[in-house]
Amino acid sequence: MTSTPLSSMLLVLFGSVVGSFGAVFLKLGAVRLTGIMSLLNWRLALGVALYLASSVFYAFGIRHGQLSVLFPMVAVGYIWTLLWARLFFHERFTRSKMLGLGLVLGGVVLVGLGS
Amino acid sequence: MSHARRANRALRKVQILSITAAPVSVNPNSAARGRMVLMMAGATLLSAAAQILMKLGMTHFSLSLLAIVTNLPLIAGYVLYGLFTLLMVLALREGELSLMYPIISLSYVWVTALSYFIFHDTLNPLKLAGIAGIMAGVALLGRGDRQ
Repeated sequence: MTSTPLSSMLLVLFGSVVGSFGAVFLKLGAVRLTGIMSLLNWRLALGVALYLASSVFYAFGIRHGQLSVLFPMVAVGYIWTLLWARLFFHERFTRSKMLGLGLVLGGVVLVGLGS
Repeated sequence: MSHARRANRALRKVQILSITAAPVSVNPNSAARGRMVLMMAGATLLSAAAQILMKLGMTHFSLSLLAIVTNLPLIAGYVLYGLFTLLMVLALREGELSLMYPIISLSYVWVTALSYFIFHDTLNPLKLAGIAGIMAGVALLGRGDRQ
């Protein structure tokens, strides 16, 4: 059994934070959409760029170490996004949302472990 | 740092926060929410198809310009991924981020199913349990709280 280097974990975790901010900027850009030309606004561009950046961190992160350790850490991105949604957009945490997210998180981890 | 500069920075922070918070409204209309959930769920089909096409394209990938511009699966994959992003942005316009974002996980369900049927990947109890969890979770998110 090989161990997972700390650097790989940090890369994957950092990627998940970067990706969650990508989602925040996509939301910021989305609520300002008025027409087809408004698709070219810096918030959406930054959102897409952050997503691409997060996939680069993720790709480098999973080069070494065990996927079964690293994959669940990707799922942490869902928790960051929920936090930012609450903090920046004042979205409510309802019971169905928390339960649904819990099931999704568990499912993502299991699919990762099974892969 | 001078006092004035520090004050200026603090003011900017407040401005940034107010910009992010201002135009956002939470849509209480559950019919609209259902539409956005469906749109997002439909978008994940595109994302899954994109991932499968990219995987197909990467199997005969070579680093030459001609090989890349004639790699149809890879190009189609990127186009579908772009369409997915567009649909996601449209869903995020009205839909809550905390509701839309977890729905992206549905693409794991489609990718696992497509890999099973196309590439004859094996399924195991862990994957199946994970798929069941994701589907149940997304169903719960789509249903929302009923009074």
